[in-house]
Amino acid sequence: MDRNSDEFGTKVARVGQKVLLHDIILNAIMVILSIIFLAPVALVYIISFSSAESIREIGYSFVPKSWSLDGYIYLLGSSEQLLSSLGVSVFVTVVGTVLTVVVTGMIAYVIYRKDFKYRKQLTFYLFFTMLFSGGMVPSYIVNTNLLHLGDNILILFLPTLCSAWNAIILRTFYTQTIPDSLIEAAKIDGADEWVIFFRIVIPIARPALATIALFSMVGLWNDWFTGLLYINTPSKEPLQVLLQKLQSTLDYLTTNASFASSADGIRMALNMPTDSVRMALTVLIMTPILFAYPFFQKYFVRGITIGSVKG
Amino acid sequence: MHFLQGFKKEFKKNWQLFLLATPGVILVFLFAYLPMFGIVIAFKSYNYEQGLLGSPWCGFKNFQFLFASNTAWEITKLTLGYNFLFILLGLVLPVILALAFNEVRRPLASKIYQTISIMPNFLSWVIMSYIGLALLDTNGFFNSVLQMFGKDPVYFYADPKYWPAILILTSQWKSIGYSSVVYLACICGISVEYYEAAILDGASKWQQIWYITLPSLKPMMVITTIMALGHIFNSDFGLFYQMPMNQGQLYPATETIDVYVYNALQSMGNINMSAAASVFQSAVGFVTILLANAAIRKIDNENALF
Repeated sequence: MDRNSDEFGTKVARVGQKVLLHDIILNAIMVILSIIFLAPVALVYIISFSSAESIREIGYSFVPKSWSLDGYIYLLGSSEQLLSSLGVSVFVTVVGTVLTVVVTGMIAYVIYRKDFKYRKQLTFYLFFTMLFSGGMVPSYIVNTNLLHLGDNILILFLPTLCSAWNAIILRTFYTQTIPDSLIEAAKIDGADEWVIFFRIVIPIARPALATIALFSMVGLWNDWFTGLLYINTPSKEPLQVLLQKLQSTLDYLTTNASFASSADGIRMALNMPTDSVRMALTVLIMTPILFAYPFFQKYFVRGITIGSVKG
Repeated sequence: MHFLQGFKKEFKKNWQLFLLATPGVILVFLFAYLPMFGIVIAFKSYNYEQGLLGSPWCGFKNFQFLFASNTAWEITKLTLGYNFLFILLGLVLPVILALAFNEVRRPLASKIYQTISIMPNFLSWVIMSYIGLALLDTNGFFNSVLQMFGKDPVYFYADPKYWPAILILTSQWKSIGYSSVVYLACICGISVEYYEAAILDGASKWQQIWYITLPSLKPMMVITTIMALGHIFNSDFGLFYQMPMNQGQLYPATETIDVYVYNALQSMGNINMSAAASVFQSAVGFVTILLANAAIRKIDNENALF
């Protein structure tokens, strides 16, 4: 009896140790992974606060020799371009997000309504764009040559306003959360479509609409390609394009050694933003999203997972 | 006639619904369907004065030029090669990470690890390229470390041989957390009863994963793969253009179809060839997604996308 319980005790202890060991190894791996994800981003933050001498002497380092705010001060000094780019980015992100939610919310409602005769056709009309697209060059030619949207701020958000993906995600959400009987009851009570849509559907779908809004917000803020392709006037460039161009101008200096060492090159290099300026701008652009998204993470996760349900 | 009457009747009954759909329908038409018709550009000899409609037809000449050049095969090979690798990694790594997340006992710790791993997904490719610069530049982090050990610096931006590895690591670093969350959501949806029954039958942890968890992740893996196969002729432009900062000497490792199309579009003399490449990409992509779906439907009807 005694022996038995003793054996049992050691067995429990052994299993406990094994579980504990598992736990420690698993957490250690997770911590290492987290460092791999965080460290490169942290490095950019550190460089943006490093002094020019430190960068010159020891390069980009996690432990700079001395700290400085010069990068940020220079950015504030070149405020005209920065302000107009910030204005463009904020405008495009805010207006684009609001319109995306409105337009997608409406069309998703129509393909959700089972009593709408052309529901299937309309769904296919949207779904087909997920399978086939004109591609980069036909889009470019159509947008600039037929629609005359080249070098126009509108091009930065109009094309993505009504994505089939978002509409189908929302449709799925409506179907899962709003029973048909609710709509019918409202109709019997004499409510017209506006009342049903704005008073019943929108309040119920608020979490899903928030998800769409967040996705579109991040997408619009992070979009650099559209601006690069279509915008030529500096005052209409969003922040991401400004940062992208900053890189290519600097590139020109660094890859053309003979130019960099010529008198013109040196004069330009002196006026050029230094490494810490580029990193300071990078920090300014990525910080809003990096610090906001953990608070909205549950919406993003829900969005990804609704999207993965076949509707 | 019959259709028109039916339409009229429906419109009278549901005109408000028609109105709600109109903005979306117009936008999709302008920005998704017009470009599909814009494909005619690949069969025309385009010039700016005459525009899309006025430029003269030239049949398949643009495609002939494109495929006569060596470039067409080079860029296709590169695009397909990277994509097969990405599909393979995308099937394995996020699933492993999701399984690991699921094993972390403390909910708060698991949540923090997840938040950190999704974070890179929210960085734009321009930001990513600066992170790359901070690590890989001649005075970047890696070279500082090399210098500390008295080694010669490595010129990452001048030598294509490093770039397959850099691009693969970068793409996984950015996307793995996000994709794993999808799988994690599927795992959380599995009923606990299955595991309880398995434990009663004496199934080990690995057997539980192999016989319960993985099979329930299959539908998600299949959908992800079909979608990825449909985009097998596309590449993430940001990854291949912006990460290597469009350095010409890196093209042997970085010039995918998208990069070629963009660069050709920028040098206006090449617009016809870039249109041909772009249309080739769309058309083949469309065929691939249909084939992938048909194949899946044959093997396992339930998991087909449509």
